[in-house]
Amino acid sequence: MTGLAILRGLWITLKRLIMTYVEDFKGGKNRYYTSEGIEARRDYRVRGAITIQYPEEKLPVPERFRYVPFLVYDETPDGERKLRCTSCGICARVCPPQCIWIVRGTDANTGKPIPTPLAFYIDVDVCMNCGMCAEFCPFDSIKMDHDYEIATYDRFAHHIFDLEKLAKSAAYYAKIRPTDYAAEEAVRREKAAKAAQKTEA
Amino acid sequence: MTQQVLAKQVQEVFARFSDGVVEDQRVGYQGYIVAPEHLLDFARALRDECGYDYLTTVTGVDYLADGKMEVVYHAFKTLGGPALEFKVQTNRQNPIVPSLALIYPSAELQEREIWDLFGIRFEGHPDLRRILLWEGFYGHPLRKDWKEPYFEEVAKPFKSRFPDGKVYRAEDKHPLKDNIDFPEGFDPAKWEAEGDAALYKALTNIPGADEPGIKTEQIILNFGPQHPSTHGVFRMAVLLDGETIVNLKHVLGYLHRNHEKIGERNTYIQNMPFTDRLDYITSMSNNFGYAVAVEKLMGIQPPERAEYLRVMMAEFTRVISHLMSIGFLLNDLGAFFTPMMYALEEREMILDVFEAVSGSRMMCNYFRFGGVAHDVPDYIFDKIKGLVFERLPRRVDEIDAYLTKNEIIRARCEGVGVLTPEQAIALGVSGPLLRGSGVPYDIRRAEPYSIYDRLDFDVVFTEHGDVYDRYLVRLEEIRQSIRILQQVVKQMPEGPIQIGKSTYQVKVPPGEAYGRVEAPKGELGFYLVSDGKPNPYRYHVRSPSFVNLGALAPMSIGSKVADAVVNLGSIDIVLGEVDR
Amino acid sequence: MGVEDLNLPGYEIPSAMKGNIAITTLDRIYNWCRQNSVWPMMFGLACCAFEMICSAASRFDFSRFGMEVMRPSPRQADLMLVSGTVTKKMIPQIVRLYNQMSEPKYVLAMGSCACGGGPFKEGYSVVSGVDKFIPVDVYVPGCPPTPQALLHGFAVLRKKIENESIRTVRWYRKEAVPEIPIPVLGPDLMDPRRYAEIKAYAAEKAQQREQEAAGSLNEGGQA
Repeated sequence: MTGLAILRGLWITLKRLIMTYVEDFKGGKNRYYTSEGIEARRDYRVRGAITIQYPEEKLPVPERFRYVPFLVYDETPDGERKLRCTSCGICARVCPPQCIWIVRGTDANTGKPIPTPLAFYIDVDVCMNCGMCAEFCPFDSIKMDHDYEIATYDRFAHHIFDLEKLAKSAAYYAKIRPTDYAAEEAVRREKAAKAAQKTEA
Repeated sequence: MTQQVLAKQVQEVFARFSDGVVEDQRVGYQGYIVAPEHLLDFARALRDECGYDYLTTVTGVDYLADGKMEVVYHAFKTLGGPALEFKVQTNRQNPIVPSLALIYPSAELQEREIWDLFGIRFEGHPDLRRILLWEGFYGHPLRKDWKEPYFEEVAKPFKSRFPDGKVYRAEDKHPLKDNIDFPEGFDPAKWEAEGDAALYKALTNIPGADEPGIKTEQIILNFGPQHPSTHGVFRMAVLLDGETIVNLKHVLGYLHRNHEKIGERNTYIQNMPFTDRLDYITSMSNNFGYAVAVEKLMGIQPPERAEYLRVMMAEFTRVISHLMSIGFLLNDLGAFFTPMMYALEEREMILDVFEAVSGSRMMCNYFRFGGVAHDVPDYIFDKIKGLVFERLPRRVDEIDAYLTKNEIIRARCEGVGVLTPEQAIALGVSGPLLRGSGVPYDIRRAEPYSIYDRLDFDVVFTEHGDVYDRYLVRLEEIRQSIRILQQVVKQMPEGPIQIGKSTYQVKVPPGEAYGRVEAPKGELGFYLVSDGKPNPYRYHVRSPSFVNLGALAPMSIGSKVADAVVNLGSIDIVLGEVDR
Repeated sequence: MGVEDLNLPGYEIPSAMKGNIAITTLDRIYNWCRQNSVWPMMFGLACCAFEMICSAASRFDFSRFGMEVMRPSPRQADLMLVSGTVTKKMIPQIVRLYNQMSEPKYVLAMGSCACGGGPFKEGYSVVSGVDKFIPVDVYVPGCPPTPQALLHGFAVLRKKIENESIRTVRWYRKEAVPEIPIPVLGPDLMDPRRYAEIKAYAAEKAQQREQEAAGSLNEGGQA
């Protein structure tokens, strides 16, 4: 009969609507504004609506998520910030749109380069969030940030990130990327142990 | 690389052109160099006698040091098998090459592109206008001696970035503070914009229009570039007689982002994230195509697990792309927005996987030469299993039940936009468009790459060649993709995901390579020429959407104007890839 | 913002009427209405358009902010979402669309391309930021910004709308707001406001070439 398939289609849409309420009912209080509720709505078993109500609840980003890069600094016990960056320039070299700018310092006496950048800029208006810099950084120094809430009214004042804006603590890094951080720390400890052995020998 | 063994007929044809067709002897190059005066006869013999009926790629290369330009053709048999590559060389001062547009209609659009970007004139071309840039643009940008306003260096990395990288914005260094440049002595007050005169002239120039008979008034209608039904910044100019389309020309280039010019400046690895932005729905497939091409040039093979991961991502991408294509087709039919929402819901589920694996929802930048960038985290593997074994099959069935038999859809789609198999092959279309017209040609089977020769799936094809059939092909291909995904998930081997350590310095030997994959929209090919430097000498993207668009006019002429929108939806274009 | 938020601090409302009555300024209630019905114009440019569509689709669903009515016509739209790379061929159309939008109108540049050229900035046919031609209210960097980043951009825009005052906004002034001249496609993109500059530049370029030619002739003569 003509129109039967159309009715069938309407039934399917109606079913989805009903499923949303069924799931809401089953989920009870935990369905909205809780992390388990969000997880339930992004699960493959979900059958009803999957809406995440940003900004009241935010879809958590996975660990590997990449937005704009940042520079990691370690904090020494006496509160001094020590940038991991050695200004080797690999990130500036691999950057596909060439949006990383580094000024390498030189020692006034010896004329040799010093392993801390004098300045470090990233032009966010050019950056393509590809993560190449983080991938190829040999010192675990440049990493991709998770903070995506960076909309502004004025790009000329805010969109070239300098050292001050880029530097974030290792603790922050450990918080957003725990697995990567743990793996890198393990490698580092191993290296340190080996170096210690060598000096002993 | 060794020359392929040629069939007997082909050898005979070659013998006939003894001095006009010679093997390309340059190191790392394949194929044949054809003298321009023999090109037409050679191409005709190739098509009619040797079975190379499917010319997919035409592109140009500017060999500045040798003072010549080259047009490179890749022809295939629709029965499958590797390419037969032939080239024509011409001088740089006044480059003219005979046009193959009448022998292989698929060359028409691509020759226009070469004229636009290289300035090679094609003799006998029916409609040689600029295609990506506008009439009046000065210069031909892909020539090696043409420099853009922000030109800094021939190759990346730029020296200004390190070690003394004092930041500046590119426009601040340019005298006009913008990305513009003008020829010497130019006076804008005297400039008369050509506008669309050439376009309308081509549009109204219809063979046989002078025949006697009753003349009716015809009107020109423009769709786009900002129009909800044109899938992005695409524009078509339609000549109408009443409601019937008499002629149709599309206007491209509203998203021309100089992908190839930038690609020739980038190092090989730097191009990977740029390929994401070609067809931005299917970034994984684009990565795949580029990786295949570069690996062909380097002569390496990724490890087993990497191959499985690659295929898994590529098939997920196909599911996304086909679902969205169905959703958009329904949008074009006027079914605002429910089918689209359903498609996007599944897309979100798959994007969660991409985001967890690669770090980004859309711009995955996941493939590396000789492997992939990251392994799949365990927790997401469970989700993948849930998706491919449970959710996606159920959802596809639901969409099938929801749409396939719907009377309105059938009334609007059946018998609309018919493309015969002969037309489809001649126009060089690929992907679901070609298979919907009854040609079972799928690169995964015709010239298998990666591990597709080991996987069990069917090449889907239908026989009517109308919009409805293309919809059916896409729907069934989603099922086949899920079938592949299920096998891949079950068989996923353990092991490394990368040959050696991933490095940003890639050594690519001199030579040329054409790597192609079956992207969701059709044949995605990358033509690379390497001169041994860290960046490609020539980097060309043969995008499926661009060539498939050639089928829009033949499909739509003679039908009602409302169907042109549906036809466009059924071709499934993405402008990022069309304009590059 | 509910009725409670609309109420200005400092005014006590009897508990029986709470939720029904708010004492507030005209600006505030006017802006409250406007910021909850920002209708975007339906047009996408590039990659970012897909994240924009996702923001409108089931998971992120910006109709929660009263934005679901995507208008295909600029006449009915309040917000132009420049979602993606702006090319020289496209900018005349964008400027024309902007001119056609009725006021109040806002522009949100989505993604690094629209903000400042993006990864394709170095190319020959990409405009270095849409703000070279039309005024932009909010910039959302990212390539592409995720839907949540875009939604945050909307929140920032709403904040901007909230702080506007009827007395100062440009569209209630007596003098008409001049239209932006539409750029022309010549040998390269030409802004009609800058013809004199362009002419001077081209003339200087010609002069330079002549000098170079003369210089090389002299050198040749000396050799």
